[in-house]
Amino acid sequence: MTGLGEIEYTAIRELRGPLAVVEGVAGVGWDEFVRITLDSGEQRHGLVLEVDRGLAVVQVLEDTAGMDPARVRMAFAGEPLRVPVGSGWLGRVCNGRGEPIDGGPPVFGSATAAVGGNPINPVRREPPAEPVLTGVGVVDALTTLVRGQKLPVFSVAGLPHLELAAQVAAQSTAAGEAFSVVFAGMGLTHADASFVRDALEERSAAGELVLLLNTADDPVIERILTPRIALTVAEHLAFGSGRHVLVVMTDMTSYAEALREVSAARGEIPARRAYPGYLYSDLASLYERCGRIRGRPGSVTVLPVLTMPAGDITHPVPDLTGYITEGQIVLSRETHAQGVYPPVDALSSLSRLMRKGAGPGRTRPDHLDVAAQMLAALARARQVRELADLVGQAALSPADHRYLDFDEAFLRRFVHQRLDELRTLDETLDSAWQVLLTLPRSQLAMLPSALLDAHGAERG
Amino acid sequence: MGTVKSAPGAAIVTPDGGPERPCRVLRVAGPLVEMEYAAGTAMYDVVSLGEAGLPGEVVAIKGGVVTVQAYEYTGGLAPGHSARPLGMPLAARLGPGLLGGIFDGLLRPLSGSGDWLLPGAGATGDAERRWRFTPRVTAGEPVSEGEVLGEIRGTGPVCLRALVPPGAGGAVERIAPEEEHHEDAVVAVVGGTQVRMTADWPIRRPRPVRERLSAQQPLNTGQRAIDLLFPVARGSTVAVPGGFGTGKTMLLQQIAKWCDADVIVYVGCGERGNEMADVITELAALEDPRTGGRLADRTVTIANTSNMPMMAREASIYTGATVAEYFRDMGLDVVVIADSTSRWAEALREFASRTGALPAEEGYPAGLASAIAAFYERAGAVTTLGGARGSVTVIGAVSPPGGDMTEPVTAHTERFVRCLWTLDRDLAYARHYPAVSWAGSFSRDAQILAPGYTAAGDPALSARRARAAGLLAEADRLADLVDLIGITALPDQERVSVLAGRLMREGVLQQSALSAQDSYCGADKSAALVEAVLAVVDRCRELVDAGVPAAAVEEADFGPLLRAREDAGPNDAAGVATRRDAMLAALAGLQEAA
Repeated sequence: MTGLGEIEYTAIRELRGPLAVVEGVAGVGWDEFVRITLDSGEQRHGLVLEVDRGLAVVQVLEDTAGMDPARVRMAFAGEPLRVPVGSGWLGRVCNGRGEPIDGGPPVFGSATAAVGGNPINPVRREPPAEPVLTGVGVVDALTTLVRGQKLPVFSVAGLPHLELAAQVAAQSTAAGEAFSVVFAGMGLTHADASFVRDALEERSAAGELVLLLNTADDPVIERILTPRIALTVAEHLAFGSGRHVLVVMTDMTSYAEALREVSAARGEIPARRAYPGYLYSDLASLYERCGRIRGRPGSVTVLPVLTMPAGDITHPVPDLTGYITEGQIVLSRETHAQGVYPPVDALSSLSRLMRKGAGPGRTRPDHLDVAAQMLAALARARQVRELADLVGQAALSPADHRYLDFDEAFLRRFVHQRLDELRTLDETLDSAWQVLLTLPRSQLAMLPSALLDAHGAERG
Repeated sequence: MGTVKSAPGAAIVTPDGGPERPCRVLRVAGPLVEMEYAAGTAMYDVVSLGEAGLPGEVVAIKGGVVTVQAYEYTGGLAPGHSARPLGMPLAARLGPGLLGGIFDGLLRPLSGSGDWLLPGAGATGDAERRWRFTPRVTAGEPVSEGEVLGEIRGTGPVCLRALVPPGAGGAVERIAPEEEHHEDAVVAVVGGTQVRMTADWPIRRPRPVRERLSAQQPLNTGQRAIDLLFPVARGSTVAVPGGFGTGKTMLLQQIAKWCDADVIVYVGCGERGNEMADVITELAALEDPRTGGRLADRTVTIANTSNMPMMAREASIYTGATVAEYFRDMGLDVVVIADSTSRWAEALREFASRTGALPAEEGYPAGLASAIAAFYERAGAVTTLGGARGSVTVIGAVSPPGGDMTEPVTAHTERFVRCLWTLDRDLAYARHYPAVSWAGSFSRDAQILAPGYTAAGDPALSARRARAAGLLAEADRLADLVDLIGITALPDQERVSVLAGRLMREGVLQQSALSAQDSYCGADKSAALVEAVLAVVDRCRELVDAGVPAAAVEEADFGPLLRAREDAGPNDAAGVATRRDAMLAALAGLQEAA
């Protein structure tokens, strides 16, 4: 971590919520890292939010509880927070500030980097073009994740989004090239945290995982740091040593709430639902750290997971996320209620980069056609189901009945899979074909007839 | 900044343009910096902050304290650090090298920077480029401001001109011979003023013109939904509101690629990095259908992605407008595409909040409406100072949060633009692209452009537009009814109206940006498609009148008509007509069967 200056300031003028205001400072810069020492010897950490002449406003990551302004000392680092970077992170489990909780020594790296990162030069970006295969059939087939993409999971409370995130983190591969996962958990319950640790144990043991866990009872403000550390570590694993890195960040709604708390404490003018006006830019400063760079091997792919409060997709967090990310995977309560895992709502989900990352030379030549046909048939099946709700099943035409059967087969035989089941792409696409072939050939107009013949579609 | 060469008009300046004594920083809160005042600091002047020389701009001066908005990340900047006002406003360096280039919000070339953009590293780019200058005046000739001194070639198909700068004029004292010159070389001296191929211009000051004209020429975008229903004139203003996933960026990119302007200024303002990379790669690969050159050679790209410093986003909109005006003054038609103005407005809000300005709606500053209006007013068809005709068309995307069209940026923008292309989420979800809503959009240019179509040999265009719009509206009205009572409950003629709406939507309005044949659609093909659908609809009505059941008409295979847009080439009106005739013949068969 960042080295700290010798001077310690003790003139704390104000403590309020997560903020501490110090007087009489000299030469303290904006966004500097701060170490706070309490009388008991306990150490806390902070970031400079504002510095006005001799006054510095510090956001305390561990909160100000128990701090007595007369018995606190603050030392400033002279620069924004830096963390060690490099392969020393692999296999480690740390808290939301990057301190080990696996009983090991502090994480060591040959170099350090500022957690804020720097924007990738848009001219130097390489457009994403190869897939990350997650082993989750419905994701791989219909919303293919592409290396360098940012693709969020939109969920609601009570759905197995954490299970899905953990499964993707445990199974993802990049066609045999070096692959690592950085998993940043924010505001997880202890049960969830230990579930994640268990689910990813194998990956961790293989030295392919960095786990940062901020639990629900950990300091809230610390969550502002967690994704930044995760992304900084990921960037260096990717662009420094040529790995393909998947960064899973869950739950971004908890992150945004921490941001809102600090903003409110500072008395900033609130925008929608009292979130700060800069929420879009702040989220972009995280999500946009994904990508590929010309002439460098490796990639950073970002999979943020967020729960939509009250299932509202127009809530600022999913809404602004949707404006930044390249598509979304939406989980559905109805599908979950039918006992299907993962409960992905395929029609509302979209991977904007799929066209570039799947198909001939990327996944399988028939992939895009199969996906397009699948979605078209699902759309039709949904219409039929709505019609059936109105007029009753008996009034449906025989073709309509085939669509209802298709919909059922889609959920049971294609989407549904076990938590620990890794499907290869061939298995996924073959099962997609089986499900599609429950429809008569006349309904499969988007598939070339040569392919239909090859897969034994019924005649006529 | 790279633009600092001289500072005309500043009172107390050092050789490089700032006050003699550096001032000190007093306060830093993100992009908000306060510093001491010193004589020679004026509003909207550029300030160099700290040792890294981060650029900033003066936005308020009060009681010896100057408020600065910083254009880069200010981490580590502390009270006591030096701050140097440069004695000149934030300016863009305009020159022939802009075409085909990619720049940040302050018009600094990105191609000269590394993989990551480091604060204070302000790229310099390749200042060593040379251009062929061809004089168009001779020494001794009298010239006035805005007149052409010579032509500049070397960039691609667009012919650029060196002009007498605004405010200058008199006899040509010296003019360079025809040869290649360094871009900073003096190519002429007019009335004591040295004229270079490059010049700085303050981004917040519109470049002067002789006269504003009323817009009368259509801008053809090659997108049927727009050219047919909601056309835009050269020099007009357009807003494109649409929630995420409605294909906003795709539509704007299509216009950047295919519209028939001379120069496109594409401002990626707070948008996705991967998308920007895509635009850049595609423009470089695509051929300009009109000139045969690369599309990139007529495009200036200003890329300020969402994670690049926020306040540079605020400047990038004005930078784009300034670049457009520079080309307009040469007598060119320019289109500025700003994606997205909502991100620009958010930068305004962010800064207003930090300065403690009193918030108006949803935290936006009270000046939001006037800032939006002023930006769109930089559009226009004009007679330039030199007497040429040129235009700047502004197309601004709006990203309403939560798809809420009543939010302040959308609501205010609607008031100031001449055309509104609203993108509809339901259309987008139904994979109807471009998802331009015919009910929620408008074009105040359609009326003005009508005489122009007659002059151009297509007097029926306005009538076609009216019929198409009528059909769509009627079909929408009936669709609501069908949801309630079912299609079979409608009279036969109304069932044909529902069918007509579908044919118009699927046969004309839908247009795939990914299609090789139909990504661009020429005016003739567009007219032929509408004519074809109208003719087929008329035939269907005749059939129903003649006693053919509506159900039989509905079940006819309209595939040949619906596929005509994909099967016929971009300008193949005759091909569409052939398919129309085949369709009409097939329908005639229905009557015989009945």
